[in-house]
Amino acid sequence: MSVLVFVEGLNGEIKKSSLEAASYGSQVAQAMGTSATAVAIGEVHEEALAKLGEQGISKVLYDADDRLKQFVADAYVKVIATAAQQESAKVLVFSNSNIGAAVGSKLAVRLNGSLATNVTELPKIDGGNFTVTRGVFSGKAFADVNLTSDVKIIAVKKNSTDIISNGGSTATVEKLSADLAESDFAAAPKETVMQDTGGGVLLPEAEIVVSGGRGMKGPENWHLIEGLAKELGAATACSKPVSDIGWRPHHEHVGQTGITVSPNLYIAAGISGAIQHLAGVNSSKVIVVINKDPEAPFFKAADYGIVGDALEVLPKLIEAAKALDK
Amino acid sequence: MKILVCISNVPDTTSKINFTGDNKEFDKNGVQYVINPWDEYALTRAIELKEAKGGSVTVLNVGEADAEPNIRKALAIGADDAIRVNAHPKDAFFVAQQITAIAKEGGYDMILMGKESIDYNGFQVHNMVGEMMGIPSVTPAFKLDMVDDSTARLEREIEGGKEVVEVKLPFVASAQQPMCEPRIPNMRGIMTARTKPLKVVEAAGGEAKSEYVNYSKPEKKSGVKLIDADNAGELIKLLRNEAKVL
Repeated sequence: MSVLVFVEGLNGEIKKSSLEAASYGSQVAQAMGTSATAVAIGEVHEEALAKLGEQGISKVLYDADDRLKQFVADAYVKVIATAAQQESAKVLVFSNSNIGAAVGSKLAVRLNGSLATNVTELPKIDGGNFTVTRGVFSGKAFADVNLTSDVKIIAVKKNSTDIISNGGSTATVEKLSADLAESDFAAAPKETVMQDTGGGVLLPEAEIVVSGGRGMKGPENWHLIEGLAKELGAATACSKPVSDIGWRPHHEHVGQTGITVSPNLYIAAGISGAIQHLAGVNSSKVIVVINKDPEAPFFKAADYGIVGDALEVLPKLIEAAKALDK
Repeated sequence: MKILVCISNVPDTTSKINFTGDNKEFDKNGVQYVINPWDEYALTRAIELKEAKGGSVTVLNVGEADAEPNIRKALAIGADDAIRVNAHPKDAFFVAQQITAIAKEGGYDMILMGKESIDYNGFQVHNMVGEMMGIPSVTPAFKLDMVDDSTARLEREIEGGKEVVEVKLPFVASAQQPMCEPRIPNMRGIMTARTKPLKVVEAAGGEAKSEYVNYSKPEKKSGVKLIDADNAGELIKLLRNEAKVL
């Protein structure tokens, strides 16, 4: 019996969201009186894997098969299922990413397990009950869910778990080699295209997000959003109307029918705060709203606010951010 | 080409969410229900493909009778017929089992749905159905085209980029924007929808693997601290020294 955490790599390093999943998994293991093992697939530096010891992982199983450098759902599922079997894992932990949730769903079927995605807190384990809290109604509520199968699969919402750090601890790294068949690659991607973030930060991983709405008046003013984001090390985002009219790409749309973010700091410039937008951001730790309309509903959901034209306020914020010691 | 489109009946995006019975049940009082917005992308794209290539679009809902107005709406938008599995959708695993039973019986070339429902936000059912049927599931897709009669080309979103995938029929895919511009029903569609077949079947057994025991709402903010626009730079200092987020 153990806890198995799937960690995703990006450019050879472990994604921040996977460090969170590892921290989550090792805390669950501790509560259950067992150890936490990680499984990694594809192109990840072995030093980065050993460093997972800092998140409480004792062992890492690593399948370095060249064909797995890109995400292939069925092959990944087989590798993780192999690791789960080898470790007799009763709890599997993923990041609630497009990859983690997809693989988790397939494993729920293959291992006959209970799955909860979008999980925001550590489980409550009480006798036979294993209860997790997950976000529902697109950020408007939470639900406590009992996972009733023997095997429990949890996909942890990004930025909802603190990364733990036991300085200096290292995990042992063991090779894993799953018995992959040609059919596991039937839906392998023909091509993978990564966005050019211009050295910026990816929105789903970001700790700080600077977001613009129609109050920005046009795409030509986005240099102000990007300028503040650059000074703060933030990702950029936008409201639904802005992506609908094509000022910004769809993958930047934050809200109920876009992506849900929960950064430490969300700065909204020229966004009125429709209920659908609030649903996508209201688990952010600190919310700043800049809007020229003092009646904008977003102010009710904000921690800090500035009543003023975003086009005049943002340059002042950029200037003040430049003056901070970094 | 036979396409199955799965739709959920969900509270409208503008709904205020409340709970009753000691926070154990969702309060339907005063809530308007709509077709899950993500499912609308799947439905419209299915209809576009049918118009271009021929075939049929069947709408499937796993839910109770109160979903029927929105099933009719899907027929009005352009689906040919509908099936409702008469069951409370207990959890994703249960729903996936019902969809799989219908899909196996119907022999569909493509099973489409939204990437998640806006009420339970699972992002689970499509991948479970793919796994249960032993066919590829491509999720979340924002582009879907046919390359030839037996192959589809999809683009799916991954964190920080996209993947281009070509799969043979049959397959499962989940949809998100900008796959297409969701359609609204026209008067002719609404009239013809009344006479299109809507078959109600009972659940094919199946079990849930999770149970919802309690609900809660996020804590309300204690109030906004306003900073004068002329002195906007002060905000950055507060974010560092008071909120400690910079």
